[in-house]
Amino acid sequence: MNRALTLIRRRLIGGIFVLLIVVIGTFLLLETAPGDAVDAYIASTGGDAGMIELLRHRWGLDQSVLTRLANYLWALLHLDLGQSVTFSRPIRDVILERLPNTLLLMGSATALSFGLGSALGIYAGARPGSVRDRFLSIGSLALYAVPGFWLGLVLIIVFAVDLRWFPIGGIESIASGKTGLDRAVDIARHLVLPVSALGFIYLALYLRMMRAGMAEVWRQDFVLAARAKGLSRRRIVLAHVARNALLPLVTMLGLQSAQMLGGSVVIESVFSVPGLGRLAQEAVAARDIPLLLGIILVSAVMVIVINLLVDIAYAVLDPRVGASEASA
Amino acid sequence: MTVLLSVRDLTVTYRRDGSEVAALKHISIDVAAGERVAIIGESGSGKSTLALAIAGLLPQSSRIEGRIDWPGRNHAPIGGRDIGFVFQDPSASLDPVMAVGKQIAEVAHTHLGLGWSAAYAKAKTLLERVRLPDPDVALRAYPHQLSGGQKQRVAIAAAIAAGPKLLIADEATSALDTIVQAEIAALIRQLVAEDGMTLLFVSHDIALAAELAERIAVFRHGDLVEIGTTAQVVNTPRNAYTRALLDAHLGLDAGPMPWRTGTPA
Amino acid sequence: MNPLRRFLGTPEAVAGAIILIALFAMALTAPLIFPGDPQAIAGPALLPPFQDWLLPLGTDRLGRDVTAELFHGARTSLAVGLAAAAAALVIGAVVGTLAGFAGGLVDEVLMRVTDAFQTVPSFLLALAFVSIVGPSLGVVVAAIALGAWTGPARVARAEVLSIRERDFVASARVIGMHPLEIAFREVLPNALPPVLALSSVIVAAAILTEAALSFLGLGDPNRVTWGGMIAEGRAVLRTAPFLSIVPGIALVLTVLGVYLAGEGVVETTAVRRSLS
Repeated sequence: MNRALTLIRRRLIGGIFVLLIVVIGTFLLLETAPGDAVDAYIASTGGDAGMIELLRHRWGLDQSVLTRLANYLWALLHLDLGQSVTFSRPIRDVILERLPNTLLLMGSATALSFGLGSALGIYAGARPGSVRDRFLSIGSLALYAVPGFWLGLVLIIVFAVDLRWFPIGGIESIASGKTGLDRAVDIARHLVLPVSALGFIYLALYLRMMRAGMAEVWRQDFVLAARAKGLSRRRIVLAHVARNALLPLVTMLGLQSAQMLGGSVVIESVFSVPGLGRLAQEAVAARDIPLLLGIILVSAVMVIVINLLVDIAYAVLDPRVGASEASA
Repeated sequence: MTVLLSVRDLTVTYRRDGSEVAALKHISIDVAAGERVAIIGESGSGKSTLALAIAGLLPQSSRIEGRIDWPGRNHAPIGGRDIGFVFQDPSASLDPVMAVGKQIAEVAHTHLGLGWSAAYAKAKTLLERVRLPDPDVALRAYPHQLSGGQKQRVAIAAAIAAGPKLLIADEATSALDTIVQAEIAALIRQLVAEDGMTLLFVSHDIALAAELAERIAVFRHGDLVEIGTTAQVVNTPRNAYTRALLDAHLGLDAGPMPWRTGTPA
Repeated sequence: MNPLRRFLGTPEAVAGAIILIALFAMALTAPLIFPGDPQAIAGPALLPPFQDWLLPLGTDRLGRDVTAELFHGARTSLAVGLAAAAAALVIGAVVGTLAGFAGGLVDEVLMRVTDAFQTVPSFLLALAFVSIVGPSLGVVVAAIALGAWTGPARVARAEVLSIRERDFVASARVIGMHPLEIAFREVLPNALPPVLALSSVIVAAAILTEAALSFLGLGDPNRVTWGGMIAEGRAVLRTAPFLSIVPGIALVLTVLGVYLAGEGVVETTAVRRSLS
């Protein structure tokens, strides 16, 4: 487990640097945007010009850019993201309230796309060049070309409007008073369409990667050796070819997490899921820039954490990770 | 003498970019049960193609004409169970992300009908047989943690795990350095003797082949140019090409031979 | 073999090329076939498709001609997609070349910045950028490019790292060329092919991002966009689903065409390189 610990430490240090750059970036964007925190506060609570001057001074907004950046960093260290004009509440609280829904949506979509995508990729890649391989290859390319929000609308038209199988939007039935398992089932029913809309595009991506990876692995000597050992085709495909082809997919899982967070903005808007993405759109509509930048910061932290988890998973799956450094 | 394997008029053609290349041309050769035969040739001579053809491992894009018969058995031999195959480069022929114990055990599991724990126990005794130090640790090791010679020992253990009648070693020593090469050759000789296996030793190294084999077959450009007992081929070669191979080797005993730089086909 | 003939030899590439040619034809002929303002009212509201031959795809909620909007939308999609991808490739190639050629601290800083851009969801970044600066065609292009240059930068850097040790770079140093001149006149052109191989993926992603931005109402308000049309149709999703479906199909076909043609080009050039 030592090599994993070394890796995590190195990644954490890198993550802190990256986060610092992101913070400086959001600070600069915040500076560019018209209005400041005092305008936001006054807009939500009311107050006169004297009050504005006083607050500007007290919050240090009349100081130099560098001092303000330092103050901004200091506030962030205390997990203070500022005040939201739209919600008249601390941005941190608003975000924390929405975060679970987004995590649920993303987690489910990732499970669907990774699980089904790699399974179909194995099915296609088990017999390269076969009819099913070509069919799945072209089908996945077509699916990959579909914009998620439009897929969401089509799913709504078919499964919510016409067939009435699933609710049209939201995360759970309003004021249904459901608890426990009933509530979980209700939420699951609400999630089917948004998870499909978000997950299907990545499903296509993982399918294609798995298929391409397997095509690569089939050419390796150890697969010929596995054939020479007389192993069953099933065992060759699953234990050797797919097992090796899975590794780049796991890396992709981390790389795609940022993209998926971006994708959930539109999907949550289409399905009215009260999550982080929908919050971002509300922030844009209300021109609540500090809230929007707060969401970006939290997203960056999420992406860093997800990548860390993916790195750990990779270290578990690939015994070679960190080996060269350990021996060097 | 019972004939284990009989190759008759075998021609193998590869298709590459629309053109056809004949890798083997009308080859006929018999191998007796328990015999040790060396297949000698430079890269591109077709010697590896013959090994792959016998093991049934040629790519689908290749065309095979002629016959490979196994007199005295009712069905075609099964890879792993009836034929053990050792490849040239153990770094490439072992799965990098599977523990070596499992790579041996999966052969025993598949062909001997053993459960996984029995297959692992078998793998451990095999690791002892190929004289890998500390077999208990080695079982759980991954290929990148072993040296080249150790990896080839693992590959040999996997090849003989199901007790095959025929062991094919395709340039099994040429990716290793000279001292390890001799050790692996000695190991192969010992295992073949202990288990009474038939050995097909494919190599470009005529000296090494002469140490291991009772008979030597010399290949060139897909043709079998000469076959005979080791003594006869080495002492009184009938073919000029065989003589050239011998001369080249005698002149450069310890150093690499001029054709060793190319990768064998 | 002639590369064009090899390209036309794969059915997928041909399909992609046909789609793209049709798309460019739509974009170029839009002002000729539909010279007026595509956002002007052209007939009764919510006319279904295939009813009136003058309005073959019907009209939207406000009675605007869907066919005209579709043609003009093709212009926006292509313009934004190509411009954003070009900008992303240029930024990426420059940053990657500087990082790879300079090495040391410059490399370290530039790659950390690249990491930071990859950590922030690019769509959120685009959203923030457009809502702070204000929606217009140029801003949308910049916003998309802002999140798309990191891939080309990484590829360019990796390529430059391998090229900078070659002989012609050393000889350029010996004759006293300025390092920046070596980087951009000797190294960069040689590092370009693998960077350009990314272009189809980047163009496709840019088209999809533009559509998503306009779907959320952050496109240029003075232009017809397919994303905006889909958002418009959403209000009447139950009664007139075709209003959302038609522009969506146009989007899917466009992106698919870019992928297919791109794959065909990459495959053709890859074969040629492996043969030479």
